[in-house]
Amino acid sequence: MSTQATHAPAATGTGAPEPHARRWDGRGGGFLVKLALMALVNAVGVSVLWAAYAQGSWAIFAASLVLLVTADWVYVSRRALPLKYVLPGLAFLLVFQLFSMAYTGYVALTNYGTGHNATKEQAVDALLIQAERRVADSPSYPLTVVQRGDEVGFAIVDEGDVRVGSAEEPLADVPDASVDGRRVTAVPGWDVVPYTALISDTALQQRVVDLRVPVSDDADDGSIRTREGSTGQVYSSALVHDEAADTLTNTETGAVYRATDEGRFVSADGEALAVGWRVNVGLENFTRAFSDDTYSGPLLRITVWTFGFAIATVATSFLLGLVLALVFDDPRLRGRRVMRTLFILPYAFPAFLSALLWRGMLNANPDYGIVNQLFFLGTRIAWLDDPVLAKLAIIGVNLWLSFPYWFLVCTGALQSLPGDVMEAARIDGAGRWRTFRSITMPLLLVSTTPLLIASFAFNFNNFTLVYMLTGGGPRFTDTSATLGHTDILISMIYQLSGVAGGRADYGLASALSIVVFVIIGTISALAFRRTRRLEEVL
Amino acid sequence: MRKTAALPVAMVATVALLAACSGGGDTTSSAEPTSGDGAGAGTSLTVWVDENREPAVAAAAEAFEESTGVTVELVQKNFEDIRADFLAQVPTGEGPDITVGAHDWLGSLIVNGVVDSIDLADVEDDFEPVAVEAFTYDGQLYGLPYALESIALVRNTALAPDPAPATFDEMVAAGRAAGTKLPFVINTNGTTGDGYNYYPLQTSFGAPVFVQEEDGSYTNEIGMGGEAGHAFATWLGQNGMAGTGVFSTDWTDEIARQEFADGNAPFAITGPWAITGFEEAGVDFAVEPIPSAGGQTAAPFVGVQGFFLSAQSDNALLAQDFLVNYLSTPEAQRALHDADPRVPALLQVAEDVSSDPVVGGFVAQVKNGTPMPSIPEMADVWDHWNAAEAAIISGSADPVAAWDKMLADIQASIGG
Repeated sequence: MSTQATHAPAATGTGAPEPHARRWDGRGGGFLVKLALMALVNAVGVSVLWAAYAQGSWAIFAASLVLLVTADWVYVSRRALPLKYVLPGLAFLLVFQLFSMAYTGYVALTNYGTGHNATKEQAVDALLIQAERRVADSPSYPLTVVQRGDEVGFAIVDEGDVRVGSAEEPLADVPDASVDGRRVTAVPGWDVVPYTALISDTALQQRVVDLRVPVSDDADDGSIRTREGSTGQVYSSALVHDEAADTLTNTETGAVYRATDEGRFVSADGEALAVGWRVNVGLENFTRAFSDDTYSGPLLRITVWTFGFAIATVATSFLLGLVLALVFDDPRLRGRRVMRTLFILPYAFPAFLSALLWRGMLNANPDYGIVNQLFFLGTRIAWLDDPVLAKLAIIGVNLWLSFPYWFLVCTGALQSLPGDVMEAARIDGAGRWRTFRSITMPLLLVSTTPLLIASFAFNFNNFTLVYMLTGGGPRFTDTSATLGHTDILISMIYQLSGVAGGRADYGLASALSIVVFVIIGTISALAFRRTRRLEEVL
Repeated sequence: MRKTAALPVAMVATVALLAACSGGGDTTSSAEPTSGDGAGAGTSLTVWVDENREPAVAAAAEAFEESTGVTVELVQKNFEDIRADFLAQVPTGEGPDITVGAHDWLGSLIVNGVVDSIDLADVEDDFEPVAVEAFTYDGQLYGLPYALESIALVRNTALAPDPAPATFDEMVAAGRAAGTKLPFVINTNGTTGDGYNYYPLQTSFGAPVFVQEEDGSYTNEIGMGGEAGHAFATWLGQNGMAGTGVFSTDWTDEIARQEFADGNAPFAITGPWAITGFEEAGVDFAVEPIPSAGGQTAAPFVGVQGFFLSAQSDNALLAQDFLVNYLSTPEAQRALHDADPRVPALLQVAEDVSSDPVVGGFVAQVKNGTPMPSIPEMADVWDHWNAAEAAIISGSADPVAAWDKMLADIQASIGG
């Protein structure tokens, strides 16, 4: 999608001086098709706007509005011809790529991760939930919700007696209330709320869930709450939230926990409450990746190995693919088609399946690992348990996985080389090797270098292979970071992000992925500049 | 012309790659409760379930809808995705009211502030105590359990006709006497190591991962240090690949299962997930408690499945009602067992299904087990623990030194 879009401006920019669109008066069958398509686009756009409005997502609302208005203007106006080609691609770029990039950038500046997952209000909610305990051995009472004007209260049945109270008034006996089994049916001065009315009113439900009716004037006796609207239990909370002072106080120990800039509640003697919230930490994640001992040592080694792995993979698989392509380009070879098809097979399997298969085949025990059994005379070789062997194994498996790609690409490129240049070289008396070095290779590199760079970028982030084949192992034994000798940057980021189940640090993981982006972006830009020079050779 | 296009194309390609690799769950919005108009009360509950459990929950939901008129929306998700999605979506308000889950997520759900406490009140005593204990955190209950799971000893009755001996050494001797290729197999997860499968052997030395309180809840004090831990590490090394060779890092789950199914080993430590394969292979087997290696009871980890309630639910009242009064009934719990046959958490259902010798074997083993710690610190343990055991078994490290380094690494992760 994006490839087409980015090609388009160049194509139109260098087109004929008088494009036929200028001469077109805008009516006819094509116009109807355009009208129908634009109606469809507008319908989708309006429904997205409506959904965003209903959810109160104003950023999405504004972005969709701008997009929709732009689309309408571009396709109705006659002056925006290039944009007509570019807009769909641009829109997808915005929605799918710039958004996630911007979000990654935002997360990299926060401490989002385990323990800092939510907003401050939600953290306070959760802390209060966790601190509120049922009073030991307290009974469970049948409970009915009652209302007096705007005030909500509870009526409980305690051994036949009805007691009523609200947030302001502690429970008090109401002798002249009537009871039907477990439900209170009438309380003087209060309206009984039927259960059906309660479950159909979400706002009331929320108030009922939040309501605490003190058992007596003494706060230490606890208060009645209900969880499902028909029974009440006595609870007491160990934490009190003071919104104005922004503190939580433990009523048992008297400790006062203050909100800090790090997104936690911390007491005077440094004790922090379990749940924190997300705050902006500036560039701390970036500095931590390079200064924290746990990460900085492995980070350097992993970066070196990531480059080594990507370069080695591209080099080996390109060379093998090229050699095979040259061999199979020779018309004297029989059965070329069959062989070519066979070579493409590894490319046809999903990479993660192949990696899993190889993991099994590389088992150290020759009884289980077919590689040792067939090729190493049944010797025990711990391919995946030795730092050097594991690296060799991963490069070897990746060679097996990716040489067919280069075989295909080089075969295609060789076949499209101009015959007259080759002929000229032969007439000039160039030998095979000379022709290959001076004519074939330069011409081949012109068309394959962009692919080599793309392949480098892909292998730089080849998460699937590392995750499935070695899982990053064998582990570093000299650091406490849970990383290993074959981890590459992207698998390290995955490990840090905690998606797999460990302790998550999305902030640090995002910061590192931005670093990886900068590395790859720089290398690609530099490499493409060199490609241009290659083309100038001709 | 291609020159001008090449750079942007490359940039776009790299951006796409990067976005694909690094984009943390930010664009998913699957659990969009659509309006439940037409239904009696006009409100709706959203429940996340996985494929296996959906029909069972749907039956309970139907009963709930009938008696309250509330719409229950079941959103089917991959079980593996639920934990991360629940953590990411509850704070945004897009999360469900209730989700299915495993008890060992509890610690991270708590420190991330996304889970609400529940009160089972009178029905709490009807559940297997270890299941309720698993969902209890710092004295509060946070989930409704429905199934338990643990590993046990599986014995090939044709190769080893006598009931399993009480000690591990006698079991290995019986295994060798059977004359098979291997006396015993266990999943070591290859060179990665697997602390989970080896845990009953470790506890028989009196070295639990974390120290437990009287009421069964875990403290964050590491319990596998000291003499007991060293004794286990030494024993593991002695029986590893440099020693007697009872254990091996060559075994993955598939290999261990295959060796047992092929009759190459009379004993295996494995879980209920392997049973179907053994039955299909036509092996006659019995499920028995794991023998003790260090003198004390061999207590495997018990994993408990259950339902969590979101701390940000807009319908907390209805959600509690649905959990406590509809999903905890024997009928609903039986349906959940039928949908995914594990050890039922409700005692009455467990009794009903124990007549099956295989289920009965696992029920007996579960009663010996301890809940897998759900405290957040546990997340820092696994990687270090697995790797240390793998290194000890393969003989590539000195047992006591590797064990002590593991303890130091875990302590550093927990402290930091």
